[in-house]
Amino acid sequence: MSLPLRIAIRFLLSGKTQTILIVGGIAVAISVQVFVGLLLDSLQLGLIENTVGNSPQISITSAEENVTIGRWEEIVTVADALTATGPVGVAVSANAFVNKGNDSVPVLVRGLDDVSIESIYGLAGNLYEGSLIASSGDVLIGRDLSEELEIELGDRLQVRTPGGAAVDYTVTGFFDIGVAAIDGSWVVTNVRTAQNLFGFGDRVTSVEMKVPDLFTADTVADDIEGLLDDDSLDISNWKDENESLLNAIQSQAISSNMIQVVIIISVAIAIASILSISVLQKRRQVGILKAMGIKDRAASQIFVYQGLLIGVFAGIVGIALGVGLLWAFTTFATSGGESVIDFRFDSVFMLRSFVVAIVASGIAGLIPARRSLQLTPVEVIREG
Amino acid sequence: MAPVIELKNVDKFYPGTPPIQVLFGIDVVFEAGSFNSIVGESGSGKSTLLNIVGTLDRPTSGEVLVDGIPTAGMKKDGVAEVRNRTIGFVFQFHYLLPEFTALENVLMPHVIGHRKPSKEVLEWADELFELAGISKVKNNLATKMSGGQQQRTAIVRALINKPRVILADEPTGNLDSENTANIYKRFREINERYGTTFIIVTHDRRVAEQTDRIVEIRDGRILMDINK
Repeated sequence: MSLPLRIAIRFLLSGKTQTILIVGGIAVAISVQVFVGLLLDSLQLGLIENTVGNSPQISITSAEENVTIGRWEEIVTVADALTATGPVGVAVSANAFVNKGNDSVPVLVRGLDDVSIESIYGLAGNLYEGSLIASSGDVLIGRDLSEELEIELGDRLQVRTPGGAAVDYTVTGFFDIGVAAIDGSWVVTNVRTAQNLFGFGDRVTSVEMKVPDLFTADTVADDIEGLLDDDSLDISNWKDENESLLNAIQSQAISSNMIQVVIIISVAIAIASILSISVLQKRRQVGILKAMGIKDRAASQIFVYQGLLIGVFAGIVGIALGVGLLWAFTTFATSGGESVIDFRFDSVFMLRSFVVAIVASGIAGLIPARRSLQLTPVEVIREG
Repeated sequence: MAPVIELKNVDKFYPGTPPIQVLFGIDVVFEAGSFNSIVGESGSGKSTLLNIVGTLDRPTSGEVLVDGIPTAGMKKDGVAEVRNRTIGFVFQFHYLLPEFTALENVLMPHVIGHRKPSKEVLEWADELFELAGISKVKNNLATKMSGGQQQRTAIVRALINKPRVILADEPTGNLDSENTANIYKRFREINERYGTTFIIVTHDRRVAEQTDRIVEIRDGRILMDINK
């Protein structure tokens, strides 16, 4: 261990109460920075997942309305080959009607493949009663629609197309995704059933997919567009369709970063001012060390090390406190028995906060270190 | 004997309007292994002279040579190295580091210059603690010792690097007569045993008379330089 580091440790240990108070004060500031950062990140991610988590993040449809896609198998192959894409599925969608007494209720018939049902729309996970589609005559409907139609499991549901076709299906399951537009209007069946109902042959209306990194949806969509090079297709992504949500999230992220920067600056100023006082407190010791031949650089390193040590300990304690605060928030801040946000242990964010705290502390230590450079042994000796 | 410290025509001014001159053309040579004292009234410039001799302060003009090497052209780090290697200081106040034990304080000049102390250095420290009669308190924190023990620890610290020169500024100013006599006895023993040069600043004529050479300063000038 270098001499300046040993002296720094001894200086900090010699005033234990003062050191504990300094570390504690700075740790509280860091904990607020960590808490605010994690909380806002969790809120943002929760909001995005709630909005686009159970829906495709990229959709490929025909550029013209009510036109189906014939080369969908090739499109699926192209999209699947990209590493940046997640599950890729196909859908056949068209408007239709179902009966409620003597009235007709408009619905959206969605013929989905297994990938879409399970991985894109998460219907399998949100099926609260019944079972998934087993044969061509089966359909799933949402909670809101089932309540509106007063339908039970196993009931027959007649679906009529605008073209005049009418087919009866068996309701085998109810889902609840939590999105009113889906739960209140979707009649889900498999691809072949929907194709037969609407007379689409072997064609589909859309190829849909998710992307593991939500925020790359626009660039991945551009890549697919480049690869397909087909003007008859329209490729949309969630970011383009939710610009106002993205703007709100971006504003929130900027304000979160500003709060964190202000806290880090206040931490650095606190450390710099505390260590400047420490230089005054220890001027006698520094003077005598210089009289014994310690070089200016080594003497100033004592204060940089003190800053770094305070930063390391305050960082560890502060991050632990911040995580504790977030845990308390997710545990006790509930709405309808459920936590307002999910507890997320973002290790990258915490590591970044730790490094920033240490770097800020080290930089803060440079100010008193500079002051110590100006101290000469003869000043201390003259003072007696 | 070869000169270990030489001052050539040294002037010292302190800042002020006008600047205050405290040393006037000092020429003095201290030989290796000699036992010297600098005497003078309070404010005569003797401590300033000692600080310049010890390279803690720089002269406004003139030359200071340590072991024949001029220090004027050296950078601060170079001067710090010369000080660490060649000179040991004992001040009126012990200036021990209160955060460290007596032994750690004593080893500090060695650690500053050489990093980790070897077995030989630790044995040397033990020998010096024995010589100073404070072996029992060597592991005490500096604050957990009596004034006499602290001052003797400071003397041991000054000797740890086996410096060519010990500069002592009123080293017994805060001690009683018994401790004072004891410390000068130790100084003489060290001078005789290891050939260490001593330059002791004092205002006490009785102390000065125990040394082999007395340099008297008055108003920043050498008034007398007596070799016994």
